[in-house]
Amino acid sequence: MSERIISYREAINEALRLEMARDETVILMGEDVTGAPHSDEPDHLDAWGGVFGVTKGLVQEFGRERVRDTPITESGFMGAGVGAAATGLRPVVELMFIGFMGVCLDQVVNQAAKMRYMFGGKAKIPLTVRTTIGAGFRAAAQHSDSIYSIFVHFPGLKVVAPATPADAKGLFAAAIRDDDPVIFCENKILLDTKGPVPEGEYVIPLGKADIKREGKDVTIVAISNMVNVALKAAEQMARNGDGISAEVVDLRSLSPLDEETVLASIKKTGRLVVVDEDNPRCSVATDIATLAATQAIEYLNGPVRLVTAPHTPVPFSPALEDFYVPTPARVVNAVRETMI
Amino acid sequence: MDINHDKLLWMYKTMRSIRAFEDQLHTDFAAGKIPGFVHLYAGEEAVATGVCANLTDRDYITSTHRGHGHCIAKGVDIKEMMAEIHGKATGACKGKGGSMHIADVNKGMLGANGIVGGGPPLACGAGLTAKLKGTDQVTVCFFGDGASNQGTTMEGLNLAGVWKLPVIFVCENNGYAETTSPQYSVSGQDIAARARGFGMPSVAIDGLDVLAIHEAVREAVSRARRGDGPTFIEAQTYRYYGHFEGDTVKYRDKDEEEQYRSRDCLLRFRGVVLEHGLLTQAELDAIDADVKKTIAEAVAFADSSPLPDTKEILTDVYVSFPEKEMWPFQAAPA
Ligand SMILES: Cc1ncc(C[n+]2csc(CCOP(=O)(O)OP(=O)(O)O)c2C)c(N)n1
Ligand SMILES: [Mg+2]
Repeated sequence: MSERIISYREAINEALRLEMARDETVILMGEDVTGAPHSDEPDHLDAWGGVFGVTKGLVQEFGRERVRDTPITESGFMGAGVGAAATGLRPVVELMFIGFMGVCLDQVVNQAAKMRYMFGGKAKIPLTVRTTIGAGFRAAAQHSDSIYSIFVHFPGLKVVAPATPADAKGLFAAAIRDDDPVIFCENKILLDTKGPVPEGEYVIPLGKADIKREGKDVTIVAISNMVNVALKAAEQMARNGDGISAEVVDLRSLSPLDEETVLASIKKTGRLVVVDEDNPRCSVATDIATLAATQAIEYLNGPVRLVTAPHTPVPFSPALEDFYVPTPARVVNAVRETMI
Repeated sequence: MDINHDKLLWMYKTMRSIRAFEDQLHTDFAAGKIPGFVHLYAGEEAVATGVCANLTDRDYITSTHRGHGHCIAKGVDIKEMMAEIHGKATGACKGKGGSMHIADVNKGMLGANGIVGGGPPLACGAGLTAKLKGTDQVTVCFFGDGASNQGTTMEGLNLAGVWKLPVIFVCENNGYAETTSPQYSVSGQDIAARARGFGMPSVAIDGLDVLAIHEAVREAVSRARRGDGPTFIEAQTYRYYGHFEGDTVKYRDKDEEEQYRSRDCLLRFRGVVLEHGLLTQAELDAIDADVKKTIAEAVAFADSSPLPDTKEILTDVYVSFPEKEMWPFQAAPA
């Protein structure tokens, strides 16, 4: 398969375009996913293409019926996505920021997540919710959360958080094709990052972690942008000459979780650090620690260490926000602590 | 005109302060001095000003992501606002909230809000407090045309109607929610008419005319203070800048903006007060000079203020909570 270098933003756009071309039941809806929906002026068409420009160009190809701007009614259009999914469409709903889940939580956790079970398996909800996570944008407490952990908690939902452009493309295609509701977390800090991405159809199965760097002394499990933080830490340790070889496992899929890959890595290295930008209580990070404690304790040669955000909302001031997000230096310290 | 001289001076000063504050931010954002999402209120000054001219410090307002104008009109300190927007320790919220979350409860300002439609239920709560405590405080809920579609807005209107709360809903219809016009998003096309369905008096007024707004809200405030329940006001207005700073504004035409600028609320007010001899040119000029100084001082204050200490990251989450649990499972970084 031939590859070229494109951005994370372009990779998601491409996956969406390919899936919409492949399956006419795939539709997209969200606030300002095109822009100026009231206007017939050609100049106004696609004025935004989404607040971060991820959906740009789709309306020209698929029209306003399938690429729908919505009023600001998250409960309304999220629920419409659930209902449409239950009745024969394959909707992609854009929720601008994951914090806005607060506005439409019922439709996600009581409707989308539970419908199939409550109906004795007689319904399926092939809904994909695209939303953004990530601090570092100076966007303050309501626009900076990385609260994917709470969706992992809910039976019936799948949760994905890609770190690279290629993974974003492949996982997004898989999310759309999946017959269950998937929360697809795009990191706004990563939108402009670039990397090699296969052309044409490219699908990465949900539930498969990826080893982004091989190593033998410590396993660093990370999610989304924290994969980059972990990789930086690993490179520093390799360069520093303290001879620590770190393996970086990118979870990619948070639910389902690739327990095998994580456990195999822990068994190989005997040490575990988890780097997670989400708040730490009842989180994916604590889940991974639990996995190690319940299924690999005899392989551990040192304490498990977590590097996470604090138990606080995301602060606005750059001075505080930069302190909030895990850094390579904190990961290196945590690795040292597993060596005690 | 049934409005005293001091109030007219206050109105002009407030509108001028908001305009100067926002123009300053527009420039400083473009220069890369200001981080984050910044939504400017320039063009809409008459609404916040006409409304808040009827309120005291004891009354409450809820605001929106476009909250600077509401803050200034409600008396939040301009220096502290500027410092907040710069993320400084001396800011109104110690730098923790930024532009989208400026608040000062001591001034009755219950917060700008990053959640569209976050305000209406909160306003009902403030109204409930006043009602149950038997005070004559009123609460004004500012929200946009886009927010008028949000479920929480409908629920707030209904609750205020059912409980006869002393709440005034002020919809700032500036023609756009991000790129989307209410012509597309508001089914039935008439925001004010929706409120009538909830059984409350509701009017649509010219949101560029501070005196008309003042008048309409004065009636609404006395109704609320009398215990006769909520009122809805749709103020038709316009924002001069993009949705947020950095927006390239490709969804509306330049001549539309020019047309609104020619009906500018400050120009209009100056015209009326000078024509009727209510204020003098010298009075207006003195205010202009005064405001210029205030904004320059606010910028200097923000620039010279320190950033928050990193220890502050763990404070203000709770009133009380075990400190060691604020960064659990790890040693808090130094
Ligand atoms: C619940 C929620 N949905 C979406 C957004 C993103 N957003 C911020 S402002 C805005 C438009 C609001 O329009 P309007 O209510 O008319 O206020 P205006 O910006 O025109 O002042 C949107 C969609 C948000 N902040 N919160
Ligand atoms: Mg608006």
